Amino acid sequence: MKHLRSIDELGIDGLERILQLSKVMAEINSRPVPKVPALRGKTVVSLFLEDSTRTRLSFETAAKRLSADTMTFSVSTSSANKGESLRDTVETISDMGVDAFVVRHKSAGVPWQMSAWTSASIVNAGDGAHQHPTQALVDCYTVREAFGRERFEGLNLTIVGDIKHSRVARSNIQAFSMLGAQITLVAPPTLLPPDIDHWPVRVSNNLERELASTNVLYMLRLQSERMAQGHVPTLREYGDQFGLTAQRVAMLPPESFVMHPGPMNRGVEMQIDPGDLANSLIHRQVANGVAVRMAALFDVLSGDQPNADAGAVDGLNREVA
Amino acid sequence: MSGADVRRAITRIAHEIVERNNGVQNLVIVGLQRGGTWIADAIGDSILAIEKDQRVPVGAIDVSMYRDDFSLRPIVVGAISSIPCDVSGATVVLVDDVLFTGRTVRAALEGINNYGRPRAVQLAVLIDRGHRELPIRPDYVGKNLPTQLGDEVVVTSDGVSVTAAKS
Amino acid sequence: MSKNLKSTTLVIKGGTVVDATGERVADVVIENSVVKEIGKNLRADSTLDASGCIVSPGFVDLHTHMREPGREDCETIATASRAGARGGYTALVAMPNTDPAQDNVAVVEFVREQGRRAGLVDVLPSGCITVGRQGSTLAPMAELAKVGVQIFTDDGNGVQDPVLMRRAMEYAKGLGITLAQHCEVTSLTLGAAMNECCCSSDMGVPGWPALAEELMVARDIDLVRLTGARMHFLHLSTARSVDLVRAAKTEGLPITAEVTPHHLSLTQELLCGFDPLYKVNPPLRSMGDVRALKAGVADGTIDAIATDHAPHARRDKELPLDQAPPGMLGLETALGVVLGSLDLSMTQIVALMSQRPAQIAKAVEHGNDVAAGARANLCVFDPQIVWQVNPKQLASKSTNTPFVGRQLRGRVRHTIFNGNAVVIDGEAQK
Repeated sequence: MKHLRSIDELGIDGLERILQLSKVMAEINSRPVPKVPALRGKTVVSLFLEDSTRTRLSFETAAKRLSADTMTFSVSTSSANKGESLRDTVETISDMGVDAFVVRHKSAGVPWQMSAWTSASIVNAGDGAHQHPTQALVDCYTVREAFGRERFEGLNLTIVGDIKHSRVARSNIQAFSMLGAQITLVAPPTLLPPDIDHWPVRVSNNLERELASTNVLYMLRLQSERMAQGHVPTLREYGDQFGLTAQRVAMLPPESFVMHPGPMNRGVEMQIDPGDLANSLIHRQVANGVAVRMAALFDVLSGDQPNADAGAVDGLNREVA
Repeated sequence: MSGADVRRAITRIAHEIVERNNGVQNLVIVGLQRGGTWIADAIGDSILAIEKDQRVPVGAIDVSMYRDDFSLRPIVVGAISSIPCDVSGATVVLVDDVLFTGRTVRAALEGINNYGRPRAVQLAVLIDRGHRELPIRPDYVGKNLPTQLGDEVVVTSDGVSVTAAKS
Repeated sequence: MSKNLKSTTLVIKGGTVVDATGERVADVVIENSVVKEIGKNLRADSTLDASGCIVSPGFVDLHTHMREPGREDCETIATASRAGARGGYTALVAMPNTDPAQDNVAVVEFVREQGRRAGLVDVLPSGCITVGRQGSTLAPMAELAKVGVQIFTDDGNGVQDPVLMRRAMEYAKGLGITLAQHCEVTSLTLGAAMNECCCSSDMGVPGWPALAEELMVARDIDLVRLTGARMHFLHLSTARSVDLVRAAKTEGLPITAEVTPHHLSLTQELLCGFDPLYKVNPPLRSMGDVRALKAGVADGTIDAIATDHAPHARRDKELPLDQAPPGMLGLETALGVVLGSLDLSMTQIVALMSQRPAQIAKAVEHGNDVAAGARANLCVFDPQIVWQVNPKQLASKSTNTPFVGRQLRGRVRHTIFNGNAVVIDGEAQK
């Protein structure tokens, strides 16, 4: 059974494969009828136990474009509110016949726990602060598109913000370093995880010092709760130190880009209107979301199968016996 | 068939396409990935030589997403499709190297429909090796080559080879 | 071997008797509830075969969660007693985080009575330090001491307020009771599900820093120095905690400490798969901590092994890691894990499992040398036998053992409680 749960579990081969497949899917999306029967007869269930409209719709669109059947269970509709356990929910849905779960949960590790209760494939749409592999795939794809290159040696990626609580950061650090990028994390010490000496990154507490050498500036959202929890004195101080202002954008080198996984906390990490950013890839990140998720679902669900009868077509599309 | 035979067959097919369609108006040549694309290009070049100043658009379609046997063999995506113009109302000539069971062509017909609604679809193949499983017939054939089911047929610009099945 | 247990004398035949005086091959005859005679080639009305086995004073657990009253769905005093007896225990100190809590005489007497009814081990209820374990007002420790409670703890929680802890110690000193602390500064461990380490950073899971335990250990050592109260540290888990206690003991402070079998054998990497089976408070730590704990046991800094047996319903251990309750079973695997983790003499092992915890719990009828006249609370165990841990075959009502599927070497064969063989060949007799 194939899963897409974390970037390190996917590995560099899987990463490459899905990024290549994304190009195929992007072409499909450009057609007048952007639909192929590749996953016809497969059922994909969205289990979104943490709110998210955008990612959920992105996955559902992706599944439908591959002709899969879809079902949705979200926080409000799920019977988790009635005291049914996650295991009960997963087993019940599994009994209905499911090929893949796309799951988002506020607790880390749920995609791995679920594998004990179902033989369906698991696609992780975000588990707590742990991983968000499809976001990292979208981001790698977008950077490849922007720079016109597949390897990122010599490329400096600077991730700014609440690294400690960010699944997007964890997945992106793994993905971008697999592709050879140099990664710098910029955050106040309280927003960095406690033990990251073994991470393939440099760490800085000063944003402006890093800008001149940054090729891709990746801004993370700061949740307002972080102030209440004592991670930062005030949101204003955070924004002053680590927010993206027009003046800081000007400090970036030419041919550099700004990215953000959304949604944005305007006035905190983003103090400039993204619409005013000439070098923003944020729209491309959103636009590429469906194609990359199509590739992810296809990769997970069309994997190794038992062998053929006469009349089947081989990988080069030659008909063989 | 030798390389020269292949070249001549392509030229003849090009002529037949132009003749049957009374010219190259609204014509689109689409090669099936991957075996048919070089032949489609060659046909396109041939037609340019015949009709002098008229370049017929040539595209490619990858049919791996349209196979009817997903549960039987893993899908390995070939390459990216590229259809250079609007196919609605046009005559599409699908081009492949070998016509066998007909399933790849059926998949290509479904694929083309995602780009628009052609006025007509015709089929040109270099080799027809028989053993059809679907009601698919070619409009233009380079050569009819009876084969055994287990034989392997390989077509390149250097010629056609048939390797008998191991008994 | 005779199965008639109503006969007046019983001989445990062919084993090696191990206690504080040493090791000797001998038969042990029991009459009524005491040891009658020890010697060679003894006979009695019925026989328990102990060839190849060690005969020792029964084990005493300073730290068992029996879950009754309140969570009888995952364990009862009867099932915990059975699990303890199968694990070679003849006395269990019942932790007070029941519902209602053991902060009043009625609940304490209920627990004691349930233990008597089960009749498999001595159930020694502990009392709370604060009412409801809430950490704000002192529990009626004098009342509870009057009905025989010796150990007081808020286990599950540590007492956060230093002033309250000071008062508790001053009060305890006056009563001659022992306070036991679950050392955890909760403000440092909010939302934590595992040790704070490189793994927790990779997993995006909040961690329990070692400091959260060490700060309270250090504080309480200082408070002991100030007040002279007797303090027992529950389930120590970090290298520095061991160092702090070692230094405190050189000063002669009245401090004792325990460690669990799981902290001597399991490490934080087990959490990488997000399986709540391995979630426990204090959490599994690093290899360095495990080594330091073993060294602490070897040099006497740590006095006793205590299981922190914590049954949980399967449903609860299937919650996501951050929501699942912490805790692991321990009574039936303790011996095997301890023998596999510690390279010590049998005499030392028996001291750790029986004699020292009995002294700390003031369980006068337990942990004694096997001698004529001593109460017959004994354990007969085979230190060589290899067995596989199968949660379904445990006597506990719950199945959350982290040793599931592992092979352990060393298993209890018979347990004698008050002269009765309550476990024979691994089977509880009731």
